[in-house]
Amino acid sequence: MKRIYAKEDYCIGCRLCEIYCIFQHSGCDTLVKAFSQKDCLPDPAVRVEEDGAISFALQCRHCDDAPCVAACISGAMTRDPETGAIKHDPDKCIGCWSCVMVCPFGAIQINLEKGKVSSKCDLCGGDVMPACVAHCPNEALVYE
Amino acid sequence: MSEKRYDYLIIGNSTAAIAAVEAIREVDRAGTLAVVSDQPEHCYCSPLITYCLAGKIPEEQLDYRPGDFYEKAHVDTILGAAATEVKPAAHEVVLADGRVLGYGKLLLAIGGVPFVPPIPGCDLSGVFTFTRHEDMRRVQEFIDGNVVRQAVVIGAGMIGVKVAEAFAHLGIETTVVELQDRVLPLALDQVGSQMAQHVMEEHGIRVLTTAGATSIGGGSGKVQSVTLDTGSRLPAQIVVVAVGVRPNTALAEHAGISVNRGILVDDHMRTSDPDIYAAGDCTEGFDPLLGETRPIAIWPGAYMQGEVAGRNMAGQDDGYVGSIPMNSIQVCGLPTISVGLTTPPEGAEVLQYKSPDGKRYRKFFILDNKIVGALFVGEIDRAGIITGLIRDGKDVSSFKQSLIERDLGLLALPKHYRKHMVSGPGIEV
Ligand SMILES: Cc1cc2nc3c(=O)[nH]c(=O)nc-3n(C[C@H](O)[C@H](O)[C@H](O)COP(=O)(O)OP(=O)(O)OC[C@H]3O[C@@H](n4cnc5c(N)ncnc54)[C@H](O)[C@@H]3O)c2cc1C
Ligand code: SF4
Ligand code: SF4
Repeated sequence: MKRIYAKEDYCIGCRLCEIYCIFQHSGCDTLVKAFSQKDCLPDPAVRVEEDGAISFALQCRHCDDAPCVAACISGAMTRDPETGAIKHDPDKCIGCWSCVMVCPFGAIQINLEKGKVSSKCDLCGGDVMPACVAHCPNEALVYE
Repeated sequence: MSEKRYDYLIIGNSTAAIAAVEAIREVDRAGTLAVVSDQPEHCYCSPLITYCLAGKIPEEQLDYRPGDFYEKAHVDTILGAAATEVKPAAHEVVLADGRVLGYGKLLLAIGGVPFVPPIPGCDLSGVFTFTRHEDMRRVQEFIDGNVVRQAVVIGAGMIGVKVAEAFAHLGIETTVVELQDRVLPLALDQVGSQMAQHVMEEHGIRVLTTAGATSIGGGSGKVQSVTLDTGSRLPAQIVVVAVGVRPNTALAEHAGISVNRGILVDDHMRTSDPDIYAAGDCTEGFDPLLGETRPIAIWPGAYMQGEVAGRNMAGQDDGYVGSIPMNSIQVCGLPTISVGLTTPPEGAEVLQYKSPDGKRYRKFFILDNKIVGALFVGEIDRAGIITGLIRDGKDVSSFKQSLIERDLGLLALPKHYRKHMVSGPGIEV
C-alpha cells in the first residue's frame, strides 16, 4: 500500500501541509472561506514538529500491525479491507484515548473538550494525491 | 456425530474472537468458520455498556463491527447457545441445547467471569455484577421499575469507577467502596489516584477507601444497605459488585487442557492441545516486562492475542511477544493512561513532573536505561510514543530528561531511532 513519508532534511517548517490538510477536510471550496470559519475547522492530521533547524511533518503511518485498531474499544478505528488504510469513524469514537495510548508515532489528534479523536490522516480518501504531499513546496513529503 | 464440522470454530464473540475472525479471513477466505456465543447479541463493545447505561450513547452504538460483518466474512453464527463441553479427542464441542459441532481448529475466546466475593446478601434482588450486555439491561430495568435513590459500588477498579460515573450521571447518589487505600489501585499511583478521586468527588461520587463491604442487607428479598468493616451502614437500593474479573477456565479444565490461573498458551496462542487455541481474558498472557505469565485482562491484549491465534490457526507461523499491561481510563472527564509497571521495581529511577496548577502529572520508571512503566494523568497527548519505547525496550539514557520535561514528540527521540520508526524506501527522516 502507498504511504506518505517525510524527508526531514527537506522540510523547511512552513506548515503548508497543515494548512492544506485543514482545508481539504473543511468541506469548503476555497481556502479563504475555510479559514474564515475558525470555530468549526478540523484539526490538521499532519503535525509539523520543529526545533531550531530540524523540522519534519508526520501523519498516521497506516501501520501494518496497527496497534490503534487493536486497542480501540468502540470499533471506531478499523482497517479498510480494500485499501489497507486505517480509518477513524468519529460517530463511533467515545474518546477513551486507547488509541493515543498505543500509537507509537503520536499521530492521533485529540480534543479533550469534545471528547473525541479530532483528526487522523485518511490519506484524503486514497485515490488522489494527499493534500499535504501535493502542496509541500519543497518535496519534503512523498506518497509512494 | 457432530451436526456440522467447521475448519475453524471460535467460542466467544467479543474482542479476541472478532480479531481471530479478521486474521483468519486475511489468510484463508475459503475455510468454513463459525462463531459460538452464549450471548444472543451481535458482537458488541463491552467497555461501552457503562456509557450506554448513562445514556451517553444509544444502544446501536454498542456494535463492535457493522451489522453485515459475519456475512461479509462468511461466518456462521450460533448465538445464544453456550458451549458446555469440549471433546478434544473427537474434535467436537457440545452446546447447551444438545447440538454438537465438529472442528478442525478450535479457539477458546471465552473471556473472564466477574468475581463475587463471599459477602452475605449478594443474592438479593438489586445486587449486580456489570460485565455483559444483559447486566446493563437488567440494571436499566431495575432502575426503571424501582425507586433507586442511592447506589453502592463495591470496588474502585476500572469497571467500578465507570459504573459509579454512570450512576452519578443518572442522578443517583453514589458511593464507591474500595478495600485498597486508593481508587484505581492497579492503574494509578497515590498522586494519580488522588487526582482521580478528586474529580469523582467533584462529580458528586462519594469515595470510601480502605473500606471493605462485609454484608449486604435487605428486606423482602431486595437490597437496602451495605455494611462496611468500619461498622457504618450505607443505605442503597442498588449495589454493583465490581471487585475483579477472573479468567473463564471451566471449559478448558474439563477438557483436560492445561490451566493455571488462566488457560495456558504458548507464543502461538496454542494450548496444551495442538488443535485448540485460546486468546484474551481467559488466558494467562506473557508479560514481557516481568518475564512471566499472568492474567492480563485488557482489550488491546485480547485483540492482539486473537489476531495471533487466528493467523496460526489459518496456517501461518506468527509468534507473539506478549502483552504489556496498559490502561486508558477516563475518570469523569479526567484522562489517565498507565503503561507497564505501576509500582517501581527495585533499583528503578523515578522521573516525575507535575504542572504548577496540579492538573497534569507524568511519571516514568526507568530500569537499566529502559522505561518499564509510565503514567499520565490530565494530559495524555501522544502518550503512545512512550508505549513504543517501552515495547521496543529502547535505551533512553541520552534523552530521558526531555521526555519528562517537554511536550511529547518524536523530536525528543534520537535521529537514528526516528528514522528507524518512520523508515520507508529511500526515506530520510
Ligand atoms: C464495563 C467494562 C469496561 C471495560 N473497560 C475497558 C477499557 O476501558 N479498556 C480495556 O482495555 N479493557 C476494558 N474492559 C475489559 C475488556 O472489555 C476485556 O479485556 C476484553 O473485552 C476481553 O475480550 P475477550 O474476547 O477476551 O473476552 P470477553 O469480552 O469477556 O468475551 C468472551 C466471549 O465469550 C462468550 N462466552 C463465554 N463463555 C462461553 C461459553 N461457555 N459458550 C459460548 N460462549 C461463551 C461470551 O459471551 C463473550 O462473547 C472493560 C470491561 C468491562 C466489562
Ligand atoms: S494512528 Fe498510529 S498506530 Fe494507528 S495506524 Fe496510524 S500511525 Fe499506526
Ligand atoms: S478514542 Fe475513539 S478512536 Fe481512539 S480508541 Fe477510543 S473510541 Fe477508538
